[in-house]
Amino acid sequence: MEKKVLEAKNIVKYFHDPISIQVLKSVSFSLNQGEFASIIGKSGCGKSTLLYILSTMDTDFKGEVWIDGMSTSNKKEADLARIRNEKIGFVFQFHYLLNEFTVLKNVMLPGEKLGKFSKQEIEHRALEKLRILGIENEALKKPNQLSGGQKQRVAIARSLINDPIIIMGDEPTGNLDKKNSDIVFNIFKELAESYKQTLLIVTHDNEFANNTHRIIEMVDGSIVSG
Amino acid sequence: MNFKLLYEISVSLLLARWKQTLVAAIGVTFSITMFVALLGFMTGLNDLLDGLILNRTPHIRLYNELKPKEEQPIQMAFAQKQSYHFIRSVKPSNKGLQIQGAGAMMKAIKADSRVLGVAPKIISQGFYQVGTTDLTGVINGIDVGEENRLFKFSDYVIDGNYMDLKNTPNSIILGKGAAETMLVQVGDVVQVTSTKGVKLQLKVVGFFRSGLQDIDKVQSYTNLKTAQKLLGEGNNYITDVQVKLHDILQAPAMAKEYQQLFGVEAVDIQTANSQFETGSKVRTIISFTVGITLLIVAGFGIYNILNMMIYEKMDSIAILKASGFSGRDVKAVFIGIAVSIGIFGGGLGLFCGFGLSALIDQIPFETASLPTIKTYPINYNVNFYIIGGIFSIITTYFAGYFPARKASQIDPVIIIRGK
Repeated sequence: MEKKVLEAKNIVKYFHDPISIQVLKSVSFSLNQGEFASIIGKSGCGKSTLLYILSTMDTDFKGEVWIDGMSTSNKKEADLARIRNEKIGFVFQFHYLLNEFTVLKNVMLPGEKLGKFSKQEIEHRALEKLRILGIENEALKKPNQLSGGQKQRVAIARSLINDPIIIMGDEPTGNLDKKNSDIVFNIFKELAESYKQTLLIVTHDNEFANNTHRIIEMVDGSIVSG
Repeated sequence: MNFKLLYEISVSLLLARWKQTLVAAIGVTFSITMFVALLGFMTGLNDLLDGLILNRTPHIRLYNELKPKEEQPIQMAFAQKQSYHFIRSVKPSNKGLQIQGAGAMMKAIKADSRVLGVAPKIISQGFYQVGTTDLTGVINGIDVGEENRLFKFSDYVIDGNYMDLKNTPNSIILGKGAAETMLVQVGDVVQVTSTKGVKLQLKVVGFFRSGLQDIDKVQSYTNLKTAQKLLGEGNNYITDVQVKLHDILQAPAMAKEYQQLFGVEAVDIQTANSQFETGSKVRTIISFTVGITLLIVAGFGIYNILNMMIYEKMDSIAILKASGFSGRDVKAVFIGIAVSIGIFGGGLGLFCGFGLSALIDQIPFETASLPTIKTYPINYNVNFYIIGGIFSIITTYFAGYFPARKASQIDPVIIIRGK
């Protein structure tokens, strides 16, 4: 049996403002290593909310999240930050690169925070990730000198720097045109197939989802298939 | 925590908004500059004004007061009987001013480890004779060497050499005011008559200027021997014993002690000149208040700039938190920015403050009443620099703390969602 990388058990989430609404109704599922999964659903069905709970950034929920065999319940903010740093890579709809730093430094930052490798080694690894994504020539530019597609690739490189056990994406192609979406999708696919990278991508792009290995469909806060 | 990385991030954020941070740092620089210069100038002036009196005033002055005896002889005679005394027209006795056994007393005081030095003095009234008019004056007989060592006598002698007073027999140093009235020059001879009727021809060897015109018009100095001759007294006649202590704060207690021990009047400097201490204290408080107010205003500037920076960098904070930086890291980054501004601005401020002080120190300030002062007085006390430095860091730390805490509490989900 494949190793379970991520497991959600009976996750229930309410929004209280302005009135109490149940956004997630006892969501349970698990993700094995190497799976390339997508979560789809109409907007407002709770897919992004679920992703943020799984990512440990949102801690206001009932139920349990297990990442790499560890429960995230009752952990301190700093410990959760450490889990995000070490085990989870993020790609958002917006790239969120820091314009103060070069592309290379942006990629290196989470690695330096983890502090597992020396600075030279992190730099080497960062260049390697940029090379995989075909943007090693842009390493010394500032993010605001890059095109939208390139920025998103830098963001992916950044998510990969600590060799996370899972990459989570929240509409990573939402801001990109068709051509760049395809490039990003192909990168994800290659990561999944060549590097056995586990990926969980929230999207409303059905074409994108159809090409992933597993589709988790959500309706009104529950998983209906997948 | 990886301080080097956090520091690197702080610096990058700082440099990205370098104009704003420069303005903030200049605010701190300005306030520290003013703080240091103001305090240096104020305390310099304080020291000058206090020095005017305090340097020349003994910490404890022992003397006999001209007053009637507490116990009249008749009271002693009938002490045993149950009776009341009604004594009228009591007068002070005449031989009161001399301190009996002054030599032994001075020896005893000199042996006290708390005492820096002792100088004897004779104060007597007299007249300077100019043509047909008599000018009243006060003639002080002093031990020239000790008087100079303890009370900086030479600082106030503007013409002539103060040591001539010791070396030339029958010499006098006149107050500048008195000399001008009498139209005498150094080297001239003036006639002085004491209250005892003794007339002496004294050679003027110098003038002194105390800074207080009323004093300069009447006071003059001779050596002890001349004063004793003038009063027709022997060479053990002393009216005042002036004591200077190592620690001025012990003066009140020691004055009481000596009063009991030697049976003479003793007055300490704090009692004699309480108005000076109060004045200095108030001026120092005002300078500190103004300096600290400036710093707090600069602190608000930093607070504002950091708050703006945090709003601007919301996205960056969110991604830092999403990619594994904890709230504490984010807080450290922003406090790091604030304290860097404080250290940089403060350090520059201390430097500029020193420069400004040095500049003020060069401005000519010549006043007739202060012969030793040529430029504005400045106190270069290291403590002001230390206080300024510490205070700049503390203010900037607090100015940074609150925005930084806000940044550390930012929920990345809300920001990422909002896009």
